[in-house]
Amino acid sequence: MATTTLAPGAGTLSRSWVMDWLTTVDHKKIGILYILNSFLFFFAAGILALVIRSELAVPGLQFLDEATYNQAFTMHGTIMIFLFVVPVLSGFANYIVPLMLGAPDMAFPRINALSFWLLPLGGGLIFSGYLFGGAAAEGWTGYAPLTNARYAQGVGTDLWLIGLTLVGTASILGSVNFIATIFKMRAPGMTLFRMPIFVWTVLVTATLILLATPVLTAGLIALFIDRNYGGSFFDPATGGNPILWQHIFWFFGHPEVYIVILPAMGVVSEILPVFARKPLFGYRAFVFATIGIGLLSFSVWAHHMFTTGQVLLLFFAFMTALIGVPTGVKMFNWMATLWRGSLVFTTPMLFALGFISMFLIGGISGVMLASPPVDFHVQDTYFVVAHLHYVFFGGSVFGVFAATYFWFPKMTGRRLNEGLGKIHFWIHFIGFNLAFFPMHPLGISGMPRRIADYSPDAGFTFWNIVSTVGAFMIAISVLPFLVNVIATLINGERVGDDPWEGNTLEWATTSPPPPYNFDRLPPIRSERPVFDLRHKHDAEHLAADASAPEGGHA
Amino acid sequence: MTVDARTSQSADIGTGHVEVERREAGMPTPLVGMLLFIASEVMFFGGLFAAYFNARASVGPGEWHPPAGAHELEMLPIALPLTLVLVASSFTMQFGVWAIRRGDQGAMRTWTAVTLILGIAFLIGQLYDYSILGFGISDGVFGTTFYTLTGFHGAHVFGGTVGLTILLARAMQGQFSARNHVAVEAVSMYWHFVDVVWIALFTTLYILK
Repeated sequence: MATTTLAPGAGTLSRSWVMDWLTTVDHKKIGILYILNSFLFFFAAGILALVIRSELAVPGLQFLDEATYNQAFTMHGTIMIFLFVVPVLSGFANYIVPLMLGAPDMAFPRINALSFWLLPLGGGLIFSGYLFGGAAAEGWTGYAPLTNARYAQGVGTDLWLIGLTLVGTASILGSVNFIATIFKMRAPGMTLFRMPIFVWTVLVTATLILLATPVLTAGLIALFIDRNYGGSFFDPATGGNPILWQHIFWFFGHPEVYIVILPAMGVVSEILPVFARKPLFGYRAFVFATIGIGLLSFSVWAHHMFTTGQVLLLFFAFMTALIGVPTGVKMFNWMATLWRGSLVFTTPMLFALGFISMFLIGGISGVMLASPPVDFHVQDTYFVVAHLHYVFFGGSVFGVFAATYFWFPKMTGRRLNEGLGKIHFWIHFIGFNLAFFPMHPLGISGMPRRIADYSPDAGFTFWNIVSTVGAFMIAISVLPFLVNVIATLINGERVGDDPWEGNTLEWATTSPPPPYNFDRLPPIRSERPVFDLRHKHDAEHLAADASAPEGGHA
Repeated sequence: MTVDARTSQSADIGTGHVEVERREAGMPTPLVGMLLFIASEVMFFGGLFAAYFNARASVGPGEWHPPAGAHELEMLPIALPLTLVLVASSFTMQFGVWAIRRGDQGAMRTWTAVTLILGIAFLIGQLYDYSILGFGISDGVFGTTFYTLTGFHGAHVFGGTVGLTILLARAMQGQFSARNHVAVEAVSMYWHFVDVVWIALFTTLYILK
């Protein structure tokens, strides 16, 4: 037992409001900084998406040339993945995980601040290519030899490499912090199998980041050496191998897919039980499915490379189909959680249900792509673009909005307006499907991705117009969201500490929580301590005969 | 089982009086952090090693040679002695850790200083080796992989010497004791890791032919 007592007055050093936020090491403020920063990058990359969709709406080059178009889709993909989806989920994890564990902060608060501040720096460097003769233009995957110094002249690609290295370092440091926090900072009684599912998904995600991202860093540095110091890693003329880049990139890139989807699955698994008024069905199955996805994610990377002719098709097709099994377990658990529940259709619940339905479509097209004969046919077509947007956007981004509506009252004490929230959801949901479902038929009929133009005779025009209309609907849906956030911050409904009747520890403290999070902790005897507290009589009754180490609940 | 949260953690923010009590079971948190960081470093070097073996596997057996004009990589007179220097520094580092576990601050300072000197000697030797090798990073994939792997290892040795310097400065002020020396343990873990990477590198570059 070690006791640390700070002298009276410590921690009350007065600072200006701005300095307080710039120098904060409080996980809650850092979490909010993460989320705000991520949404800024989301809007920037979203504008690029509108540029892309406007250009593609009808045949012919409307207002971009090919070079500018290439920069637009490269920056769109890079920023959305590395500076929106990954960090925004880290932001929610930063805010919520210590609260869920009953911890006063993250394990390493100053490293936490460092990992955040590397993000705007890295993102700024990636974007700054536009100021220095053109941003990177080789796609977010940066395939060799497109990134070769001969074909990608100018510093845009170098800035992309440096920026991504910094962003990668940020997420590595962040995941060290998450894992240490989860293993070392849990409150008494919070055993591993009483941790909320969201914490489990963050733990597996952090492990994936820790082991996959450094491999990408090695690849980025190797490419930087090739471009700037005459290296030969990816140049076949001097003994290198361009396919090596694909191996390195996807060894990182496929776990990355699960890095962005697992925390969103965690969010949904927290929201469904609250609004179905039931415990999550199959808690342990869910945990083991999450771990299983994490393990399998390291053995499926070459399904991105079927058409290179240099990978074992059967092995990677089999492993990829296999990873659908734990994902199916989760789908089953969610369905069974909803089954005969007393469903309450709040905005976070709508986004969670949107996640399940849209991610299901993305998962099914994923299993289709896992089959080499199908993949050979649709490789590098819009079918792949449709699939990845159903996973990233239909999955992760729906999860992000579900988390935003769900935890906004915890962060601010005020609940976002439900009416505006539902308007946001429905425009968003319909716009999303209009934008991305047409990409399936486009891809099957052969429209290649990453092109600025297509022939009017190709029969692509109709679905492209529909897709562009959908993209603008998504953009419009953000307006009620922004109005909602601002109006709620100014004059929103104050809803107390636990507006949703939550299950997990973050609802046991005040909204927003005090520094160091908890004035007092409820007893933790199950994975739903706040539920137990609310139904204290039942909980005490159960505790009397709960001698099993995992505790029990109704 | 009754858990009273107040016995484990209490925070009375109003008076600025904060009292946090935590279980200190198992490995100290900073060491957990260092181990996790080392895990990520293993994957980083894993990526570079993968690139090396990919390039090396693409040429026929016995055809992995330095660029024309440069002589083959030799263990003597430089690489093997440098290896012994770095391996010895792992021992001296560990002697320092054992010393501070006993509370012997003087011996810890001495061993840390010796480790630091050995680390710097390794770096100087490596730079000298670079100057006489006769090929550069841009001379084909052999040169690129050689300098990238050894260069990033060297950069990690340099990082280790920075850590050792900070340890030494703190030790001079008597900041470490038998009970409180988690930084020494953390730096020693990192130093051993850097040593292990070198042994893997040395084996790969100089022994596997």
